[in-house]
Amino acid sequence: MYRIPILQMGRSLLVTIQVDLEDQTAMALQEDLCEKIARTGANGVLIDISALEIVDSFVGRMLSAISSIGRILDAQTVVVGMQPAVAITLVELGLSMDGVKTALNVRRGLALLEAAEEGAGRVD
Amino acid sequence: MPPSSTILLDVLSEARTQILDNWLSEAEGQNPSESQREHARELLQAFGAVLRSGDPADQRSPEWAAVKKQLEAISASRAAQGSTSGETSAFVLALKSALFGALTPKVGGDPAVLLELVTSLTAQVDAMAQWTADAYQRSREDIITRQQHELLELSTPVVKLWDGVLAAPMIGTLDSSRTQLVMEALLQRIVETEASIAIIDITGVPTVDTLVAQHLLKTVTAIRLMGADCIISGIRPQIAQTIVHLGIDLQSVTSKATLADALGLAMKRLGYTFRKDS
Repeated sequence: MYRIPILQMGRSLLVTIQVDLEDQTAMALQEDLCEKIARTGANGVLIDISALEIVDSFVGRMLSAISSIGRILDAQTVVVGMQPAVAITLVELGLSMDGVKTALNVRRGLALLEAAEEGAGRVD
Repeated sequence: MPPSSTILLDVLSEARTQILDNWLSEAEGQNPSESQREHARELLQAFGAVLRSGDPADQRSPEWAAVKKQLEAISASRAAQGSTSGETSAFVLALKSALFGALTPKVGGDPAVLLELVTSLTAQVDAMAQWTADAYQRSREDIITRQQHELLELSTPVVKLWDGVLAAPMIGTLDSSRTQLVMEALLQRIVETEASIAIIDITGVPTVDTLVAQHLLKTVTAIRLMGADCIISGIRPQIAQTIVHLGIDLQSVTSKATLADALGLAMKRLGYTFRKDS
């Protein structure tokens, strides 16, 4: 089975989804990601779905779930690069993904994570 | 070939010019234009071909198809010139009296034959007139559909207000197909320009009901999923009251009174400050 690679960039993790997500692959990604967050103590996760053209409700729910799990493990999750067709599909499926942070591209997503980190730093 | 058709064909070939003249003066008055004369001549020729065919009553024959094609051409050109469907079918119906006039001296002595001829001719010319009305209607509907399509494209521009700020001024009633079009155009432009804020201005939207609000919310959600922010501006007082009375929850949506306010907020979020030189 194909496993999606998870890259570490500084204190963040980067996941680039280049293939159409099957349910198995998505489940494996969720498990791998949780483990990696816990092991590296990352405080941010970027999921780049700019190459993803087809989504179903399962993938939508999986993205929501990863985001929630990430929050519990103290890692801010940002979904970046969603294609217009994918956004429209998710909306039509009734998945508004309220808890998920989004950004236009990886650069913006990183900036968002950095800003969140600085914000958190000031609170401390 | 039925005997009545033979008689008719004889009359048609003997008195063709006279029938044409009577028809045109009946339908168009004293000065028929050259194109009308041409139309009438071609139609008469196609009708002659129908009479020569085995069964003039069979309206599915290829000869009738040629007549119908001719009628559609007449109808389309007249619709383009602004004639009503009534005028167009009156033009075809005028053929009847011209034909009857030419028939009477030939078979006037035999009422039975005349009656048969008149009956079959009436049925055929009436069918032709019916066809022009149908064709006229169809060509008008084509025009309406095309205009609707053009209107749809005209009314949904996405403009760039500033670096990173897009605006979609909505004008007219919002329905599913329009919202879908605006949503797609807006999302596409967000990808192209990497805009981080999109403003939807609904000053030109006359009414907002639950369905329209639903469409707006969908658009806002889709924009958020793309990673941009959305501001709705131009909600008029009456519409604000309607929205609240309908119990629509727009809590999750940032709204501003005018497009100017929305632009101001967008600039502030992007970190711009403005100062007036005094």
